[in-house]
Amino acid sequence: MSSTTANIQSPEVRRKSAGRDKMVLSIIGYVTLTVLAIFCIFPFILVISSSLSEESAIIEKGFQIFPTAFSTEAYSLLFKYPAEMLRAYGVTISVTAIGTIVGLFLTSMTAYVLSRRDFKWRSRFSFFFFFTTLFSGGLVPWYLMIINYLHLKDTLLVLILPMMMNVFYIIVMKSFMSSIPDAITESAKIDGAGDFRIFMQLIVPLSKPALATIGLFIALAYWNDWYNALLFISKSELMPLQYYLYKMLGNMDGMRKAMMASGAVVNTDLPTESLKMAMTIVATGPILLAYPFIQKYFVTGLTIGAVKG
Amino acid sequence: MKQKQHGFWDDVKKYRSLLLMLTPAVLFFLLFAYLPMSGIVLAFKQFDYTGGVFGSPWNGLDNFKFFIDSGDAWRVTRNTALYNIAFIVVNNVLQIFAAILLFEVAGKWFRKLTQTVLFLPYFISWVVVGAIAYNLFNFDVGTVNVLLKGLGMQPIDIYNTAAYWPFILVVVSAWKTLGYGTIMYLAAITSIDTEMYEAAEIDGANIFQRIMKITVPNLMPTVIILVLLAIGNIFRGDFGMFYNMVGNNGLLFSSTDVIDTFVFRSLTTSNEIGMSAAAGFYQSLLGFATIMLANYAVRRYDKDRALF
Repeated sequence: MSSTTANIQSPEVRRKSAGRDKMVLSIIGYVTLTVLAIFCIFPFILVISSSLSEESAIIEKGFQIFPTAFSTEAYSLLFKYPAEMLRAYGVTISVTAIGTIVGLFLTSMTAYVLSRRDFKWRSRFSFFFFFTTLFSGGLVPWYLMIINYLHLKDTLLVLILPMMMNVFYIIVMKSFMSSIPDAITESAKIDGAGDFRIFMQLIVPLSKPALATIGLFIALAYWNDWYNALLFISKSELMPLQYYLYKMLGNMDGMRKAMMASGAVVNTDLPTESLKMAMTIVATGPILLAYPFIQKYFVTGLTIGAVKG
Repeated sequence: MKQKQHGFWDDVKKYRSLLLMLTPAVLFFLLFAYLPMSGIVLAFKQFDYTGGVFGSPWNGLDNFKFFIDSGDAWRVTRNTALYNIAFIVVNNVLQIFAAILLFEVAGKWFRKLTQTVLFLPYFISWVVVGAIAYNLFNFDVGTVNVLLKGLGMQPIDIYNTAAYWPFILVVVSAWKTLGYGTIMYLAAITSIDTEMYEAAEIDGANIFQRIMKITVPNLMPTVIILVLLAIGNIFRGDFGMFYNMVGNNGLLFSSTDVIDTFVFRSLTTSNEIGMSAAAGFYQSLLGFATIMLANYAVRRYDKDRALF
């Protein structure tokens, strides 16, 4: 129907109405996207301004979008006695660095073997890995395995090992590597290169976009992890950043103690509310700073892995 | 004849370097996935610490009976499924909508900026989201109540009222995943053949017709796959989300308790190891069944897209 009416219109009328439709859609589009963008960024603004508010203003008027009484007291307190916080930072940074490097290496090596079309047991091993996403023993056996049989409770390893490999990452990487022509591997083999050497010297350099994406995914997962700490870490010196934040948010007495342990003379009028928000900002900080730079890798990587793979 | 002499050990020898390269991953999944599967026996045992996983006495289906009789089984199953259904519907509709608008409308500059901002919540931890929720919903100083008081209304005790949480959790899920999903769909739209749009334009289709007749139908394969995959996970709750938003607040359990939080609580707080294992096993079975069903559906729809 609509196409027949469009056909009898003169080109000028058609162009005009097309222009009007585009206008209408543009208005809807810009307005909706702006609203959605505000919806996404608003909570961050709220936390930032709360962290920069005077405690008395928060108690009196509540958290506000624009601080009525500006104060950096919460931050100066945090940075005056940073020992606990820095230790948590140290744990998170080491866990993230080790976990990402080793995890990325093992993930890509596994993916490479599974992408080799001449490997006879390729599909059997693929299923061996894939099956773990279909069925699992559940939380309890996994928990008991780590505590009672691997004895990993209260070690740095427990924060690294359980998250090191993930079937989804192996699959994404495998589908990327499958798109690398077989001829490359074949000719290298004729030249006498071993499988590991082919992987390190040919496949890894060719897989940079996939490595960057999966590496960022792994790093982000480690940086944001608090769950393994919740289950397995009771020693305060092994607490990663997010778990430390979690503890402090729920327990201001704990925070007072932690600050005293760091050498602070803390009186009772600790700016609890603004301090919570300042801690949130400090724990998120590096992600927020690095975010604009890593975002574009995520976009390309996701496109490669999810849609075309 | 040669084929016959070519045995298993010859293959092992032939692939030794590849097999060696697979060893770490195989060990990893054996330790963290396959060996724990044998712990399923716990669901049928009366766990005691001296006996451990394999030495504890059997108690048949008592753990399951206990789980069902407690009245929690139905509640957590219903909550988990309903939340996931709501997440699937709301999140996908919103993401597709945003992706289409980004593609059709936005100029380069605006698109980049919006994309960056929408993707931001995906990058932060659930702990931080919990802090944000506290900032918004706290009874005394939360922004929501500040606004309500400013409008001359009574403050609401959100953290003690179960009825608000389904709504809050759906909004938070939409907020956190909006950017991620939008980019998936945007990528799918970008790969649609531009010739179709040009042909439609020559035929005089307006921009809305183009969206409804070309973009949406061409997106359907992606939509169906993503939705079916999500359906496969319908009995898995996002523990990080529920635990950080709600915590162990018993007042909210009627509307916020999901299988994962229930299992966690039975394990760590009430130390009901047997029942916790039973609930976990029950969840795994449900999950397995739904994944099989979803995969069967994908196979029927498009064989190449099926998982296996």
